[in-house]
Amino acid sequence: MKKLIIFAALSVVFTFYCGEEKKEEPKEEALVPIDPKDDIGIGPVKSMQLADIDGKLVKEGEKVFKLKCAACHKMTKRLVGPPLEDVTKRRRPEWIMNMILNPIEMIQKNATANALLKQYTAPMAQQNLTEQEARSVLEYFRKYDSGKK
Amino acid sequence: MKKKTLITIVALSLLAAVAGFANCGAGAGGGKSIAERAFVPPGQYDEFYGMISGGFSGQLSIIGLPSGRTLKVIPVFTQDGEKAYGYNEETKPMLMTSHGFIPWGDSHHPDISQTNGELDGRWVFINENNTPRIARIDLSIFETVEIIEIPHAAGNHASPYLTENTEYVVASTRFGIPTPQRDMPVNQYKGNFKGMTSFVKVGKDGRMDLEKEGFQILMPGFDYDKAHPGRGKSHGWFFFTTYNVDEGHTLLEVNASQKEKDYIAAINWKKAEEYLKAGKFETWNTNFAHNVYDEHTHMATTSWGKKVRVLDPSKLPGLVYFLPIKKSPHGCDVDPTGEYIVGSGKLEAQATAHSFTKMLKAIEEKKFDGEAYGIPVLNYEAVLAGEVKTGLGPLHTEFDGEGHAYTSFFISSEIVKWKLGTWEVVDRKPTFYSVGHLMIPGGNSRKPFGKYLLAMNKITKDRYLPTGPEVNHSAQLFDISGEKMVMINDFPTHGEPHYAAGIPASKIKDRSVKIFKLEDNKHPYAVKTPEKTRVVRKGKEVHVYMGMIRSHFVPDVIEGIKVGDTVYFHLTNFEQDYDVPHGFAMMGQQSSELLVMPGQTETSVWYPKKPGVWPFYCTDFCSALHQEMQGYVRVSAAGSNVPIKYTLDDDPVDVE
Ligand code: HEC
Ligand SMILES: [Cu+2]
Repeated sequence: MKKLIIFAALSVVFTFYCGEEKKEEPKEEALVPIDPKDDIGIGPVKSMQLADIDGKLVKEGEKVFKLKCAACHKMTKRLVGPPLEDVTKRRRPEWIMNMILNPIEMIQKNATANALLKQYTAPMAQQNLTEQEARSVLEYFRKYDSGKK
Repeated sequence: MKKKTLITIVALSLLAAVAGFANCGAGAGGGKSIAERAFVPPGQYDEFYGMISGGFSGQLSIIGLPSGRTLKVIPVFTQDGEKAYGYNEETKPMLMTSHGFIPWGDSHHPDISQTNGELDGRWVFINENNTPRIARIDLSIFETVEIIEIPHAAGNHASPYLTENTEYVVASTRFGIPTPQRDMPVNQYKGNFKGMTSFVKVGKDGRMDLEKEGFQILMPGFDYDKAHPGRGKSHGWFFFTTYNVDEGHTLLEVNASQKEKDYIAAINWKKAEEYLKAGKFETWNTNFAHNVYDEHTHMATTSWGKKVRVLDPSKLPGLVYFLPIKKSPHGCDVDPTGEYIVGSGKLEAQATAHSFTKMLKAIEEKKFDGEAYGIPVLNYEAVLAGEVKTGLGPLHTEFDGEGHAYTSFFISSEIVKWKLGTWEVVDRKPTFYSVGHLMIPGGNSRKPFGKYLLAMNKITKDRYLPTGPEVNHSAQLFDISGEKMVMINDFPTHGEPHYAAGIPASKIKDRSVKIFKLEDNKHPYAVKTPEKTRVVRKGKEVHVYMGMIRSHFVPDVIEGIKVGDTVYFHLTNFEQDYDVPHGFAMMGQQSSELLVMPGQTETSVWYPKKPGVWPFYCTDFCSALHQEMQGYVRVSAAGSNVPIKYTLDDDPVDVE
């Protein structure tokens, strides 16, 4: 018994000295697709309540979009990323927000975003928007898709 | 049973002892082995930033301590094709001087800005020896943001040391020269050559100024070598070592060391301020370059200084005193309390400490041993605090803040640790080989961080794998947390490190800028949105306003350029994420690449010489599709009428 204790104690000491980290085996799990109607994506935005379109916010959003997104996205044409026309019709607002705010994790862990990555090959860029800026871009998309341009 | 247990215990303790020896090494360091004390595990940060001058490389290396890992090499006085420094249109003005554009410099002594005598980590200043200049590097972006030329000076060696609230940065010359410059026989050096010493004012925003608030002191034509500010009680004074008080002008090796003693010049700069206020200065006309980089326009501009205020110490009592010091001193180091001024006579077998208190008393009691060019020479014994009988050829002394000094010995290749006040030697350790300067982070301040000591050696010989006749200089790191110094690391450095400064990483790292905000980009040729990218012809000048983002250029196909044009590529990086620079290189361009940080704009010039279609591409691996980041410029013959046209994906750049 004593021996065991000593041995255990020394093993602890030795392990400490070696400083070997135990790494978890990376798990390759297939991403599970979620129905777009329920898919809010992964990121800071968990739920949203949308009011009527806010014209002032749309203007802000258009500015941000031109500055931070337009180099990769057109509305009606594929460039580096998908055309963003009708994006508010095919994705939940939370998903869009999370895609903008947390793209790196989204394209790795969210099935829909990951499928887009496979199709578009280049990863969506983290452009470090604030949540407010992302919200304004969403408003710009809503306005665009509402057809009342 | 009991016996067996005992045997096991004995056996295991033995094992533990063996393992412990292999793992632990000896001495202090929290029971850690030598390897563990220098090792920073993957993914973890170093505790200190070390800033080591590059000497003849003209640069400043940023290394992590204790690991010795090189974090960045900042170009300061020398063009750097890697970063386009001195090659792109934005930074060419940084290397402008009254002699024209100079592509190279000799960077010597980094010194970090201070507030109340403690390192504040805002800027690091560094001097250029050959064409006298001082540079300021902003430690939020780790880039050179200002270079001022020092007029009326030659080898700018006793520089750029800072006063304890960063009021002034100083510059004194290692070469006496006719002042102001004129054509005259060299052998009439004595009395005619001078050693102009400058106090460059540093503003609240870090900007250096010599013309309005700075000043110069017309010192005798000795060679001024190193300097240190007073601190605490001696704040208001500045100390400079001199050699060649013999005023030799040839074979200095022999002729500059004839006299038994040289001097430390003690300059009372508070007194200088009084004399300036009282108008006791002469205004000299001159011409010097002042180059400032603006973080918002991402551009440097040169302005010209035309005047400087000069004080003559032979006519202004109380401004300067000389403290005798034995044989060609190099280091001039003030301890953290501000009491001791340690001079290291590099041909002597001792380091000499003078006392500030005794100096004031000697001045009051007029204990002078004559004068030199109207400047009183204080009596050696009257100012002497102690002599440390050490080794041969002391060079430089650093302090740990616990009452110890560490002096490097070039000739005997060692570091000697000794006690201030008792002057007794506590420890000595060899270095490999011929150590020059030492660095303890914060060593030149009221509050050193006495954990590590870096020795920068002048000779490397067999320390590392050979690399032909030229080998990088060696540096060795000592753990000085215990009574005895323990060498824990040994690594090569860039260029020839003359001097270093160090600071806890915690004082800088959280202020380090990660990107430049596109919104704040005020570069006159910036484009912030792809729809605004364009190509504009103005006669024979063509301006390409181009954007870059993972992984393409907008526009990426350009036509209508002609042989004989001057083409300016203005590249703006649209990225707003950390560590996503893009590069730009144009085939046949007689310049370097550009390396554009997120949110930044940089410009390079191309003189197309042959008709054809010439590719350009991104030089910095930016994404999985980096290899696809490219474009073409069509160049037509001089007289052709191919119109300017620019597209992306064969569409106009502003397509919806
Ligand atoms: C560097 C190019 C790039 C930039 C800049 C960029 N994106 Fe993307 N974006 C992509 C790519 C590529 C995809 C497709 C997913 C992938 O490949 O990762 C994408 C996908 C998207 C999607 C999902 C589209 C869909 O069909 O579901 C949205 C929404 C989006 N981006 C919005 C934005 C916004 C808003 C910005 C600006 C803040 C922006 N993107 C900036 C490249 C970019
Ligand atoms: Cu690139």
